[in-house]
Amino acid sequence: MKLTCNVDVHHLTRVEGHGNIKIRIQDGKLEEARWEVVETPRFFEAFLVGKKWDNAPWICGRICGICSIGHTLASIRAVENAFGIVPTEQTRKLRLLLKHMETLQSHILHLYFLAAPDFANVGSVFPLIESAPDVVARAAKIKLLANDVCDCIGGRRMHPTRTVVGGFTMLPAKSELVGHKDRLREVMDDLIKTADLFRSFAIPDFLRETEFVSLKGNGDYPFIGGDLISTDGVRKGEQQYREMTNEYLVEQSTSKWSKLSRKSFAVGALARLNNNFEFLHEWAREISLSFGLRPVNHNPYMNNIAQLVESVHVVAESIAMIDELLDSKFSEPRQHVVAKAGVGVGAVEVPRGILYHSYEFDETGHIIKCDCVIPTSQNHANIQHDLQELAAQYAKEGRKDRDIELLAQMLVRAYDPCISCSVH
Amino acid sequence: MAETTARPKNFLGVPVAKPKVAFIELSSCEGCQLQIVNNEATLLDFLSLVQVVNFREAMTEKSDDYDIAFVEGSVTRKDEAEKLRTVRNNARVLVALGSCACFGGVNQLKNRFDLDWVKREVYGNSFIDTDKAQPLEDFVHVDLRIYGCPIKKEEVEKIVTNLVIGREVHHPRYPVCMECKANENICLYDLGEPCLGPITRAGCDSWCPNNRAGCWGCRGPADDANMVQMRKIMTEQGFSDETLIDRLECFGGFKACVDNIRKGQLK
Repeated sequence: MKLTCNVDVHHLTRVEGHGNIKIRIQDGKLEEARWEVVETPRFFEAFLVGKKWDNAPWICGRICGICSIGHTLASIRAVENAFGIVPTEQTRKLRLLLKHMETLQSHILHLYFLAAPDFANVGSVFPLIESAPDVVARAAKIKLLANDVCDCIGGRRMHPTRTVVGGFTMLPAKSELVGHKDRLREVMDDLIKTADLFRSFAIPDFLRETEFVSLKGNGDYPFIGGDLISTDGVRKGEQQYREMTNEYLVEQSTSKWSKLSRKSFAVGALARLNNNFEFLHEWAREISLSFGLRPVNHNPYMNNIAQLVESVHVVAESIAMIDELLDSKFSEPRQHVVAKAGVGVGAVEVPRGILYHSYEFDETGHIIKCDCVIPTSQNHANIQHDLQELAAQYAKEGRKDRDIELLAQMLVRAYDPCISCSVH
Repeated sequence: MAETTARPKNFLGVPVAKPKVAFIELSSCEGCQLQIVNNEATLLDFLSLVQVVNFREAMTEKSDDYDIAFVEGSVTRKDEAEKLRTVRNNARVLVALGSCACFGGVNQLKNRFDLDWVKREVYGNSFIDTDKAQPLEDFVHVDLRIYGCPIKKEEVEKIVTNLVIGREVHHPRYPVCMECKANENICLYDLGEPCLGPITRAGCDSWCPNNRAGCWGCRGPADDANMVQMRKIMTEQGFSDETLIDRLECFGGFKACVDNIRKGQLK
């Protein structure tokens, strides 16, 4: 018998923000597959207009509760680029360390609390507290460490307080960094166990060829600033981000969509890995290969594994960076800022992909124009096309409707979408 | 809370019912909900106090049968106002979670512009549905407010524990400045930074000033906040009305004061 089914997921759970999945299959033929974004817009790009430069990072960090550090850093970079400020080596390192710990916190939150319940066949992490307490305790331990380091460097794990244009309001105590380094070493074992856990899960086998966009590594796996690159061979400067994102409006979404060489592209951990595999820390590369994950991988569910690989990378790199910080003599935390007219762009790889903030200032440092392009908004079109392909394939294979619903939800979750962020 | 079937927890030997709680979000960054999950060290203790029945960001199951609703975000569209009214009907206690829910939060910064311009600036001539950003209390009765952007997890735990065991919840009446002094921080003004610590309601343990960042007033005014004196301090320290207003209007808690300054009525 040919499959007929209706999938209607209103407000998908275990993602940040509000999106719906609709799939209609009639007699084995796909009639409709839609990824709808119904989130209410907040209009950051409008209400920033007229505000002085120092408001931007403070307010724009609040675009997102999960990646507020990434937004703050992208905002700061945009302002600094507009004013011609080059961060000191010390500031650069501390920002990257802070960024790494946000990446770890966010990836672990997604892997354990949002994605893993699907593989464990439960509706949330809560039943696992009783059935698999060691697993939940491990997740909490890694997340707590990541958050503690964010508190130590950024002043606060969410909506950071110490991060400002020009540097930091104050520096962490070296004694605290020593303690965090020991905990990071310990957490490496927990990440190996996390890899074992995910090796026990059946990652859905689904492929759809697409284009992957990220920052381009220059000797290092990239996180803050630099050139933009795609797996289809496009290369642009940070300033040219608009040519890389090409935002447009669609009727099914309050978030804008993006495209580049094809009808859609993907950003995120998998995109970063596909473009910069050679720059991963060797331990991370090893984990990646143990999952058969090598560039260019076109299975969107492998974004989960790419997040795991990046978690290993950021922990390994953070340990080395803390050593460098401990060996250095701390200098002044903050540079003097002189506002001037101009445009500045800040591109930062946040957990869900590449994020751009761009501001235009008048000569007194007031914002004339503001533009933020969010990773998840760049992913929406790719999610839509994946969903269509997935539903069509499974309709043809005559899979059960419950399977299709679950796999469709898992597909969207694999992107770790930050929907309210995408409708900022 | 008599309807709850969850197993009781003891507090000082007295069994305490586990209330059913729901986390609901309107227009927001969902950060305040995340702060609840960010309590790694005490999350399990916290979860043993309540029965979470609705938390879309973290769980698939959902129920409309709950005692306490924590609502994050501000109301910016008609469907959100409707949703809020439904939540009000379902919940025995409605808690406004964070600055967006209490005052409109950063979202209300758009209210200083003409709404048509705001829409055009972001969406061009395409249709987009949005209203003014408003706090929950403009639509429904709010039983309790948890202030902050973001909310402070230690404070939430204290408030929720009091709520669950039936103790009255009191917010500090004094300003952040008192906590900051008790924490022996260098005054931000001595570091050349503007700070709303003298007028903002305490309870955050002077979170930002502890990190040498001046207060932006995310928790709204303390009881009897002296706005005239605040403006005088700012002026004497060489800060413009623009800097004062930037901070006062950032989270919506000082709206009346900002209106007065703009109208020239705060002397």
